[in-house]
Amino acid sequence: MTELWDILISVSFWAAAIRIASPLILATMGELICERAGVLNLGIEGIMVFGAFSGWLSVYLGAPLWLGVLAALLSGMGFGLLHAVLVVPFGLSQHVVGLGITMLATSGSYFAYRLALPEVTSPPKIEPFAPLPIPLLSDLPLIGPALFAQTALTYLAFAVAAAVALVLYRTPLGLALRAAGENPAAVEAQGLSVTALRIGAVMVGSGLMAVGGAFLTLSAFSSFFFEMINGRGWICIALVVFGAWRPGKAVLGALLFAAFDALQIRLQQTPLGAHLPYQLFLMAPYLLSILALILMSRRAEVPAALMVPYNKGER
Amino acid sequence: MRLEAIPAPALSRRIGLPVLALVATVVVASVLARVAGADPFATLGLIVTGAFGSKFAALETLNRATPLIFTGLAVAVAFRAKLWNIGAEAQLYAGAIVAVLLGTGALAAPWVLPVSMLVAMLAGALVLLGPVMLKTRLGVDEVVTTLLLNFVMLLFVSYLLEGPLKDPMGMGWPKSPALVKEARLPRIATGLRLHWGFALALIAALGVWLIQARTTLGFEMRAVGANPAAARFAGMPVNGVLVKTALLSGGLAALAGWSEVAGLKGHLSSDLSPGFGYTGIIVAMLALLHPLGVVVSALFVAAIFVGSDSMSRAAGVPTYIADMLLATALLFMVLALALTRYRVVWK
Repeated sequence: MTELWDILISVSFWAAAIRIASPLILATMGELICERAGVLNLGIEGIMVFGAFSGWLSVYLGAPLWLGVLAALLSGMGFGLLHAVLVVPFGLSQHVVGLGITMLATSGSYFAYRLALPEVTSPPKIEPFAPLPIPLLSDLPLIGPALFAQTALTYLAFAVAAAVALVLYRTPLGLALRAAGENPAAVEAQGLSVTALRIGAVMVGSGLMAVGGAFLTLSAFSSFFFEMINGRGWICIALVVFGAWRPGKAVLGALLFAAFDALQIRLQQTPLGAHLPYQLFLMAPYLLSILALILMSRRAEVPAALMVPYNKGER
Repeated sequence: MRLEAIPAPALSRRIGLPVLALVATVVVASVLARVAGADPFATLGLIVTGAFGSKFAALETLNRATPLIFTGLAVAVAFRAKLWNIGAEAQLYAGAIVAVLLGTGALAAPWVLPVSMLVAMLAGALVLLGPVMLKTRLGVDEVVTTLLLNFVMLLFVSYLLEGPLKDPMGMGWPKSPALVKEARLPRIATGLRLHWGFALALIAALGVWLIQARTTLGFEMRAVGANPAAARFAGMPVNGVLVKTALLSGGLAALAGWSEVAGLKGHLSSDLSPGFGYTGIIVAMLALLHPLGVVVSALFVAAIFVGSDSMSRAAGVPTYIADMLLATALLFMVLALALTRYRVVWK
């Protein structure tokens, strides 16, 4: 028990939790925007892979780090456009197209990686974002180093979450977006285009997913390797449900999830961890996500028009 | 733009558009080959000869198609009832684990094959039953739960292979002991590198087709998939039908893993499946969810994989071109299918 306590009061644990939460927050916000507009985006897993790859490759080829982030954002928006065109105006199955996008983006990243680096055996490293301590705030005990000595991309993740909440609930655009996911006919009656709103939402959302992926290569691991996203995209879809489609709750969910993840990594090092198979600890994030879905199942307020294609003039 | 339903699509439209989708995929393949610095026609030729160019290659393609027929059927059965089983990968490994548990000496000769096959199907069915019960009882979306269980199952397999099922003679490799001879699926003909799993897959496709076309359950599955509210109104036990669909789908996916272990590999390792469960989705969609079509599309998909492996060694185009082509084919095909039933009206 003392070991658990030692972990919980250590700075490194809380710093790790914030760090692990950052890519999840970015990608979860991306999925949340898509779903609030009425589009499920199962392309998330592959788009994160492609974002991780394109961000890393740009920097590896000599671009500055922020240009890498931009490259990830644009590539994510490209896949978002593809997904949106197929499922919004053409009304194709959002499940099937999303999974197709995941397969295309994942294999596309691997194909391009092999083309760019045919002979490499160990993944080459780049110089990632360095921690950026905020003056004064980072001197606070415990929360200072945990919260305010992170990299710029972590601050960006929290800023994005605040911006998403602000736009969704405080602007006419956000109102129109939410209405597109609840009652598209009403949006059309206001003279707005449901198709345009949904396509825009999916593009922006997919861009954020890709930046979430790029966090892993540009801020966390400094190189790109296969299977590095490892189901994080699916976990983000669970986090959207857990957060009841609200940005604030989704961020809390991501933080809670990340804290558990940071905890299981540290518990593996304790005498308790030595007695249990390590795979049990690695399973924890996935099992936790399923548990979160079960807990929220009765209370979830699903956007009414989620996965319902809108065809003008059809009732 | 908006879509306008076509009441009775012409035959030319119903055949022409899917063909166009395949042509478009070939065009994408040529572009990718060119991007990789290879000659497009030579690359396509190498893929075809790599898949069918020799007796060895053709048998390799049939062997690769075997698990894909099973996972393709599993997905087709589930998707037909709008049950989104994306967890065929996990169910496949459940079947593979049973093949090892019962096939390494636990059961005696005459019974081991049929018993282990049935238990494998049961294990796969149970793996899918969990998410489906969560869906029918609590309304938990099965897409995410089945996806997440794939990762849990892979870790479980890794645990088994480093712990209880580790081969003591494996030189430290995480693999299971080899199956006893009686637990192995024999080859269809001596000297022919093709095992009975392939024949079993064909039988399974026929069986699923009979269930769908000739039984009440098959009708109910389609009705639930087409319109659950209407099916419920017509007095069908919608949740019961979903559970039965899940049992069938999970069982079929498990056979993929079971036949890979019992027929091809003879032991279990954690690289048993290079994503057969996920590829099953492509197989099923290219087959328009038709069980007999699954056989054809599994052969097509297997040919792309086997052919690309061989082409990659010769022409240096990364083998991931296969996955890209299949994802592209999937997207083109669903678009083509929509355009057979709807016409685009610009205004």
